[in-house]
Amino acid sequence: MNKTSSLARAGQYLALLGYLVFLVFPFLWLISTAFKPARELGSLHPTWIPQNPTLDNFRQAFDEQPLLQAAANSLIAACCAAVISISIATPMAYVMARHRSRLSTAATGWVVISQAFPFVLVIIPLFLVLKNLRLINTLSGLVLVYVVWSLPFALWMLAGYVRAVPIELEEAAAVDGAGRLRTLVSVTGPLLAPGIAATALFAFITAWNEFFFALVLLKTPEKQTLPVVLTHFLGAEGVADLGPLAAAAFLATLPSLVIFALIQRRITGGMLAGAVKS
Amino acid sequence: MTSASAERRAGKRTDRGAWFLVLPALIPILVLSVGPLLYGIALAFTDSQAGRTAPTQWIGTLNFRDLLKDTLFWDSFGIGLIWAVGVTVPQFLLGLGLALLLNEKLRLRWLARALAIVPWAMPEVVVGIMWRLVYNPDAGILNETIRDLGLGDGRDWLTGLGTALPAVIIVGIWAGMPQTTVTLLAGLQNTPHELHEAAALDGAGAWRRFWTVTWPAVKPIALAISALNFIWNFNAFALVYVLTNGGPGGRTRLPMLFAYEEAFRYGQFGYAAAMGCVMVAVISVLLAVYLVNRIRGGEAR
Repeated sequence: MNKTSSLARAGQYLALLGYLVFLVFPFLWLISTAFKPARELGSLHPTWIPQNPTLDNFRQAFDEQPLLQAAANSLIAACCAAVISISIATPMAYVMARHRSRLSTAATGWVVISQAFPFVLVIIPLFLVLKNLRLINTLSGLVLVYVVWSLPFALWMLAGYVRAVPIELEEAAAVDGAGRLRTLVSVTGPLLAPGIAATALFAFITAWNEFFFALVLLKTPEKQTLPVVLTHFLGAEGVADLGPLAAAAFLATLPSLVIFALIQRRITGGMLAGAVKS
Repeated sequence: MTSASAERRAGKRTDRGAWFLVLPALIPILVLSVGPLLYGIALAFTDSQAGRTAPTQWIGTLNFRDLLKDTLFWDSFGIGLIWAVGVTVPQFLLGLGLALLLNEKLRLRWLARALAIVPWAMPEVVVGIMWRLVYNPDAGILNETIRDLGLGDGRDWLTGLGTALPAVIIVGIWAGMPQTTVTLLAGLQNTPHELHEAAALDGAGAWRRFWTVTWPAVKPIALAISALNFIWNFNAFALVYVLTNGGPGGRTRLPMLFAYEEAFRYGQFGYAAAMGCVMVAVISVLLAVYLVNRIRGGEAR
């Protein structure tokens, strides 16, 4: 097993290095651009490392676009979507995992099929309905869409976490005379808590990053979320002010990066369980 | 009270309890997801338009007949297929290679795993913006590197007729590869190590060990993630909207971009819904492959 030849090892390291470069260089370039003064950005021979690093781009980004308002909108939409979708998904995921019935089969099938919707087919009718309800250009309308949009994945992941809790524990509690609700709250609940937290954070990130629905549903700049406001930096003809653009883009990524770093392992596990097991 | 009736009562209570638990999610799903989907399909058979004062008319298959003759749509559809294959296949091959690599005991693998998070967690809009900075003809690092290496002056990648689609495909691969890799890696780590060692003791080479031990173990995951990747890629929007907005001359106009413009720029709701239906039809084929595979996988367990 350990007889990998040194030549093969060298090849492996070369491949790994190539991947790391491909993976990291655009991100480093984004960071580098964000900290460059205008003079360096205009230079015909750009350098990797800013010669005179500055925070001007960040200041200018906040001056040019309502970034704080946009971040607040994104935060509200993502928090509401995550909390609501988890509170309604957890009970259903429990049933999907524990009861073999036509309902749970149908639910599982729907979860898979909903992954395949071209969103345009859903957003046109939603747009018409939300318009009639006067919910276009409101965060409430967007949250409504986000909740339903993040439900399939939440159900998928949560059902996987429920299956990971041994059913014997629940049976033992029932034998000890605990009622159904009591068993759920005091036995299953605590064991599920980390999975629920991971799923909620994942729902938060998907909503924080989402672009298409927000683009269609939010019309005025003061209502728009961060990804939509970021595209305003690109300008009508695609002529962009590179420094502030990079600075704002970099800031918009930080929350998801931090959260994702915390829960990445759990997400992979949850997805894997959902994708292969029935 | 007989135990049978007690059981029956317990069963009934469970069922009623189950419904109670399911309803909070089921109602929003039916109202805001299944409903709009069916409504969307129905819209494809109407002349629904934005801001129209006359009532919407049922026009049968007229939208689909128009769509059949719409060469711009079929161009876009072809571009969508090229893009989806061009992104999904490398995502899978490179992802599998990398997953195998990260499954070895290499020194930098913790770094590669930690950094794989970056593209996965980034908003697609930011990924698009970031690569626009890289591809920027004057201030971008790509052309500067090309100049430094003495390979010429570089070019304007995203607006060149021949380079735009390959350029966005590379971004698509970059954005989706980490998720594929990490998923495959998790699959690899679920395969028992002893099998490898036994095969190695039997004198099987690396290539044989891969085909007889590794591949059968990761195959269900590999097929699942590839089918989903293809579907997600075919439905892609944000990345290309930010990178090229479909340009130059429609060379990167993915079907979703086309349908979005048709619906929300020109207000042709019925026609755009018909486009959505055609996209669903194509995706259903792949979805069927995925579901059959999933059910078979379930039986094997």
